[in-house]
Amino acid sequence: MTLGVLAQVVIRERTQTCESRNDFCPDWIAHHYDEYLSPLWTHLQLVLVSVALGFVIAFALAVVAHRRRWLVGPITGFTGILYTIPSIALFTILLPITGFGFWTAIIALTSYTLLIIFRNIVTGLDNVPEEARDAARGMGLTERQRLWKVEVPLALPEIFAGLRIATTTTVGLAALAFFAGAGGLGAQLMTDINFKSNIVLAGGLCVLLAVALDLILLVAERLTVRWEFEG
Amino acid sequence: MTDSNTAQPEGPHPNRHAATLEFAHVAKTYPGTDEPAIHDLSFTVEAGEICVLVGPSGCGKTTAMRMVNRMIELSAGDILLDGESVQGRNTAALRRDIGYAIQQVGLFPHLDVAGNIATVPKLLGWSKDRIAARVTELLELVGLDPDEMRSRYPSQLSGGQRQRIGVARALAADPPLMLMDEPFGAIDPISRERLQNEFLRLQGEIRKTIVFVTHDIDEAIKLGDRIAVLQKGGVLAQYATPAELLMAPESDFVADFVGADRALKRLALQRVRDVDLWTTPWVRAGEPVAAARSRVSQTDLKLPLLVDDQDRPLRWLTDADLRGETVPSASGARPPHCVEADDILRDALSDLLQHGVQYAPVTDAGGRVTGILSLELITDFLGHQVPGHIIEAPSASDRVDSSP
Repeated sequence: MTLGVLAQVVIRERTQTCESRNDFCPDWIAHHYDEYLSPLWTHLQLVLVSVALGFVIAFALAVVAHRRRWLVGPITGFTGILYTIPSIALFTILLPITGFGFWTAIIALTSYTLLIIFRNIVTGLDNVPEEARDAARGMGLTERQRLWKVEVPLALPEIFAGLRIATTTTVGLAALAFFAGAGGLGAQLMTDINFKSNIVLAGGLCVLLAVALDLILLVAERLTVRWEFEG
Repeated sequence: MTDSNTAQPEGPHPNRHAATLEFAHVAKTYPGTDEPAIHDLSFTVEAGEICVLVGPSGCGKTTAMRMVNRMIELSAGDILLDGESVQGRNTAALRRDIGYAIQQVGLFPHLDVAGNIATVPKLLGWSKDRIAARVTELLELVGLDPDEMRSRYPSQLSGGQRQRIGVARALAADPPLMLMDEPFGAIDPISRERLQNEFLRLQGEIRKTIVFVTHDIDEAIKLGDRIAVLQKGGVLAQYATPAELLMAPESDFVADFVGADRALKRLALQRVRDVDLWTTPWVRAGEPVAAARSRVSQTDLKLPLLVDDQDRPLRWLTDADLRGETVPSASGARPPHCVEADDILRDALSDLLQHGVQYAPVTDAGGRVTGILSLELITDFLGHQVPGHIIEAPSASDRVDSSP
């Protein structure tokens, strides 16, 4: 009888101390992970929207710069400057203009993707073999047809490489989006920055998200750029 | 998938017309330079002919070729395709109508073989079935197995295969004119020889008008119906058939460029059977010696040749052999060295020299004697072919197998 009570006390003691001792607590995570799904979803949206927007803008810039070479320098310089602004500073600058919320974070995150994606698309287009370009011209492809049927397909490996770096980087940067009031896993992290299990769970989800998105892009690349992986 | 029935109606229309091409006082001066790259270039390529542009590097041969499909715009003069100026035409449409093959081939690495060949037909809006049938047909035409090749990517092909796909791609829409810039330039000598022969066989079938750029005079002589020799500054030094060029170079430059061995090169243009061969009495074992002796007096070479009952040479007969009543058999003797009637003269000459003989029996495809070729005959042949009466250069299809 006494022993049984003692054992119960010890067990309760232990379960209480995992959290109170600030240990890594699988049980706690198992009971609370559903509270992280909504921030995870927000985080994913932040990443997808900003990378997609960044891709569209960078692609347009790269195509223009591909035809007018002198633009490569200025565009690289400008996107480079955007890239070096500390994110917290950028959120703070944007707040008075765009207010708290999702889109403020999107503007900042998008501007960080531009340099990486732009440079990769430009490099990819530059690396198209000269003889393929010449053959395309000689066979009567118009400038637009050469771009879409020859140059862009051949630049795809570089473009995918850029997208993968940009996506992984953005998953990390989006953890700071809570500064702009956009939520995400970063906000969840900040709810209890001193609790290990919280940090492990929120941080782990960040890493998992980055890995998952990277894998999806890798598969997409394999499916699109089949010629690179044959033979 | 596509059997020959569906391929047939789309097939190469051997008569789809080959274009005539005329350079009329064409000049090209690049901005910022005084020296023209092409200087007053005029010549005409007849429909169905191979015109080879040849010359040292920097002579403007590639520039001249690229002005035809307006990859480079001309500065003065005009280029006429079937009498119509290329300058009045939409560049993309013009280029789709002209086959284009370059040394680096420029296959699209992201498209498989079928996709590469289909490039121009797709631009022209052909139906899927028609394109598939055409791809099969072209792969067969360039000597590749369609089922094996169709879905390979360029990175999975050998240099020679790429080159053939490049030619197939240039032929895809059956253009009346082909431009080829050193298409065999990057190929090893052995494959190159084979590709040249195949190219001539192919041309025998398709009869396109072809402008072919090379820096290799031997290639020019082998492939060209006519050769335009260009010198620095894009000046036309001579425009002539290979035989004319070898026999009567118009300037020291051409003579130099053609090479000190141009007499030998002429030997590559002719075959043994083109020569008026010597006769010699050929006799069979068992024949009366008297009959053999009487025939000796009527022939060029007074040396009887013993042949078997199918006229195949067995050995030369000596005086000692002709002392008996009848001609003895050839028992044990080594047959004389023979040359083949289909050999080109250059190889036959080399054969004679190598075996240290003055003459040799010539045999046809069946091994039968048709005459005697001698060093003297070859010397005469070269000596008598003066510019005045040039023997018509053998047609391209005739020279298909001219390589050893």
